Amino acid sequence: MLDYIARRILYAIPILIGVNLITFALFFVVNTPDDMARMQLGIKHVTPEAIEKWKLDKGYDKPLFFNTQKENLRNKLTETIFFEKSIAMFLFEFGRSDDGRDIAEEMKSRMLPSLAIAVPVFFLGLMSYVSFALLMVFFRATYIDFWGMVLCVALMSISGLFYIISGQFLLGKLWRLVPISGYGDGLDVSKFLVLPVIIGILSSAGANIRWYRTIFLEEMNKDYVRTARAKGLAEYLVLFKHVLKNAMIPIMTGAIAVVPLLFMGSLLIESFFGVPGLGSYTIDAINSQDFAIVRSMVFLGSMLYIIGLILTDISYTLVDPRIRLI
Amino acid sequence: MSIYCLFLLTSCGLSVWNNPYSEKDVQKNVLYSVFSERPKHLDPVQSYSSSEIQFTAQIYEPPLQYHYLKRPFTLIPATATELPTIQYLDENENLISGESVDEVAYSVYQITIIPGILYQPHPAFAKDESDQWLYHQLSEQEIAKASKPADFPRTGTRELVAEDYVYQIKRLAHPRLHSPIFELMADYIIGLREYATLLKQVDSQTMHGHYLDLRKYALNGLEVVDDYTYRIKIKGKYPQFIYWLAMPFFAPIPWEVDLFYSQPGLIKKNLTLDWFPVGTGPYMLTENNPNLRMVLEKNPNFHEERYPVDGMPGDEEKGLLVDANKKLPLIDKVIFTREKENIPRWNKFLQGYYDAAGIGSDSFDQAVQLTGQGEAMVTQEMAEQGIRLETTVAVSTYYMGFNMLNPIVGDGGGSAKEREAARKLRQAISIAVDYEEFISIFANGRGLVAHGPIAPGIIGYRDGKEGMNPIVYDWIDGQAKRKTIKAAKRLLEEAGYPNGINQETGSPLVLYYDVTARSADDKSKLDWMRKQFQKLNIQLVVRSTDYNRFQDKIRKGNAQIFEWGWNADYPDAENFLFLLYGPQQKVSNSGENAANYDNAEYNQLFERMKNMDNNPERQQLIDRMVQVLRYDAPWLWGYHPKDFGLYHAWYQNVKPNRISNNTLKYFKIDGDKRQSKQREWNTPIVGPALIFFVLLVAGSIPAIVAFRRREKSTAILGCIDIKRINNDA
Repeated sequence: MLDYIARRILYAIPILIGVNLITFALFFVVNTPDDMARMQLGIKHVTPEAIEKWKLDKGYDKPLFFNTQKENLRNKLTETIFFEKSIAMFLFEFGRSDDGRDIAEEMKSRMLPSLAIAVPVFFLGLMSYVSFALLMVFFRATYIDFWGMVLCVALMSISGLFYIISGQFLLGKLWRLVPISGYGDGLDVSKFLVLPVIIGILSSAGANIRWYRTIFLEEMNKDYVRTARAKGLAEYLVLFKHVLKNAMIPIMTGAIAVVPLLFMGSLLIESFFGVPGLGSYTIDAINSQDFAIVRSMVFLGSMLYIIGLILTDISYTLVDPRIRLI
Repeated sequence: MSIYCLFLLTSCGLSVWNNPYSEKDVQKNVLYSVFSERPKHLDPVQSYSSSEIQFTAQIYEPPLQYHYLKRPFTLIPATATELPTIQYLDENENLISGESVDEVAYSVYQITIIPGILYQPHPAFAKDESDQWLYHQLSEQEIAKASKPADFPRTGTRELVAEDYVYQIKRLAHPRLHSPIFELMADYIIGLREYATLLKQVDSQTMHGHYLDLRKYALNGLEVVDDYTYRIKIKGKYPQFIYWLAMPFFAPIPWEVDLFYSQPGLIKKNLTLDWFPVGTGPYMLTENNPNLRMVLEKNPNFHEERYPVDGMPGDEEKGLLVDANKKLPLIDKVIFTREKENIPRWNKFLQGYYDAAGIGSDSFDQAVQLTGQGEAMVTQEMAEQGIRLETTVAVSTYYMGFNMLNPIVGDGGGSAKEREAARKLRQAISIAVDYEEFISIFANGRGLVAHGPIAPGIIGYRDGKEGMNPIVYDWIDGQAKRKTIKAAKRLLEEAGYPNGINQETGSPLVLYYDVTARSADDKSKLDWMRKQFQKLNIQLVVRSTDYNRFQDKIRKGNAQIFEWGWNADYPDAENFLFLLYGPQQKVSNSGENAANYDNAEYNQLFERMKNMDNNPERQQLIDRMVQVLRYDAPWLWGYHPKDFGLYHAWYQNVKPNRISNNTLKYFKIDGDKRQSKQREWNTPIVGPALIFFVLLVAGSIPAIVAFRRREKSTAILGCIDIKRINNDA
């Protein structure tokens, strides 16, 4: 298994280089270093001299990919914005954003608020989706199953924004049970998390419950279920002990892969609830044309996704002893 | 559920559950404010935008400030003992009167500051018992423990001296700082450009990121006379320079603070002067989390300053002089919470958790109603909550510009006949585009139609008949009435486009309107604009693009008609009129003249006017310049936006304006009133939530019954069930 993991990590390197290259190219198709300078320096009194000074200070005064002014090929390739900005990132030196803040420090401080919402949403969500899906399977082909499905389709059809706005209106404004938005320190944070967590769970409930229900229904027709029933097990034991265990592989595929991405937060929820997480960091950076942050966040996202996929593979071996990673 | 229980436990100490502030923040004399855009820089040499200046203006004190209540805006001393004394010198540095602008080679501003002013407590000033700096050479362990200045156990202070002001002016030329006004100031302050070159050389020879001690390098245009007096020498006569002395760019920076924050370990931890300002102002930044909240607290070392005792007629009736002569600041703490979205911001204002709010278009009808006379007032609902409306015309102008390099709408055609035709075309369009209607439809009446580039409240602005644009309006029954579309069509015909058809080619007139990429909401605005041009049978083609490309088009002169705006830096006509000064052309000189307007007479008048003191002769020049502009119509003058702000009853001493930014110190809060209203408006309503849970439990009972029945049923029945299900599946 160690060989397998080592191989997967090595595969990740060209993938990350590719992602970095694509991000770089896409970003600079839309924004030139001059545009970035203007965005940072403001719209008043910006002179060409000020732009040149900014580019020089931030390291954007070189060509993007190929420096024709240099003599040998090595310098032609290395004395470019792409090389200089990329190489440090692979050493996990994210550098400083255009407003001068250290990106790694910023990420650290933003990760916790993102996790404070994403972790409860993930675990409570997973538990409730699986439970509801099993409940629907238990009552399959009854009115509970039918109306449960109708409810799921309805939940799926509603926009995420609607949940947020109506949640804030009902619980925050009309019933005054929780703050409409905000974030706090220590235990104080709990009152701010109630609403976003409920909304986070509810907004994905429809699709997830239906997905898990489908997985469980597929398992229900297998022989071991019939055997379990034949030996006289109660139906809830059949579902929670046998069916759930055997449905773990598809559940793991969906769930474990996103665990590392929980760090990245949720854009919409964080924005509407004023949570200082990582979710809105990238969007803010794109709006302010801060390439250093965009590049770092895309790199981090890609890396976490790759880690998630490796963790998924490893988790298969844990839930199914027949699987070996070689 | 566990979280919810936890929440109930934590909130049991509060009378309301939805209070977004922690108990330690729930104090009486606190102002709860809001910001949407995170500040990028808090270093006064770099910060310029309104999102930054709302903080820096409370912390840093330039030598001058604006009188809080007087209009037009009046400069008064802040840390200075009096307004600067100005000496004018000729080429040979002989003292002259300065009346003749041409003779003035240099102006010397001498500023004397009040002795005894202290900086806020800060570790950069801390010394040990042997008078050695405690934190100027931090060890790695000390740096590791610190995440904010308050993490250092000891603080100190020192007296403000003239050298600190000089130090800050030198920082405009710092090679690692990007001051937006450096290029502008380098044209005036003697030796500033050369100083930048010198510092660049010195910096390249020192270790990267190392402290650059500006005290070692003299700047010719600056002189420290004594501890409390300094001089700034500028080229020629530039009366507007005095306004810059009221901006944080010219606030003092002590060298100790610059050195303290230059330590590489602190920079790595985002502990920089750009993020943790240090000043002598009424407030100091005690919490800096631009993603969540910024907290300003009263500076315990703030010097003696009192609330103004005089204002404008009507100020006393509005209660703006109740606190006359009281010691400032009146509020102990200001909590700025970041709120990116309008809906939660608005709702929290209505709940009493923010003390003031702007009005978004979606909440306008809920908040404001217009009387028959067009006067705005709060709705009944707002009035019942004690909310009041304060309005002010912003010192800004939003206009539609013609690219004067373009052959159809500008002077790019070459021949005098073509230029004359283009001018008439611009005049015709100026009449056709009905900005009164625009303000009514798209700005909810929050604007004042512009008759020229100068905004109201600015020296040089004219009101009433004198201020009317006779090209677009007629004075009828004591008010300006827009000319009829017939007059516009006549001008269009004279321009060679009868009924919008080019009489030489017979083809319809098509014009291009360049705008930045628009949301779906703006579609109606663009449709409206097309209709305005359609009145003259002109086809308007909208060319929408992203902001970068739009800027690019403007810089290269590829746009034909475009939208633009300007917020005044200071309250003088020069700050608007320079936007149309020839040498400021965007295309040829990268200046601020986006329309690329270049009129010899206007340029000449501008050069005379800008160096003159305010007097009737200067006003005459301004009037003539505005007249020239109206005739040439390089802009559709557009409108001056009106700021509408809603304030709770407990928020007092508010006189809004956009020129002076250090106004927090004058505001007052009635904390008792706020607390009682917050309780009244936010009593939790648990009934519906309980009913919901009861219904949920009740709804699950049939499922539980069915479950138990199934579990108790016989195996055979179970088998039948399974068979049926399997068949169904």
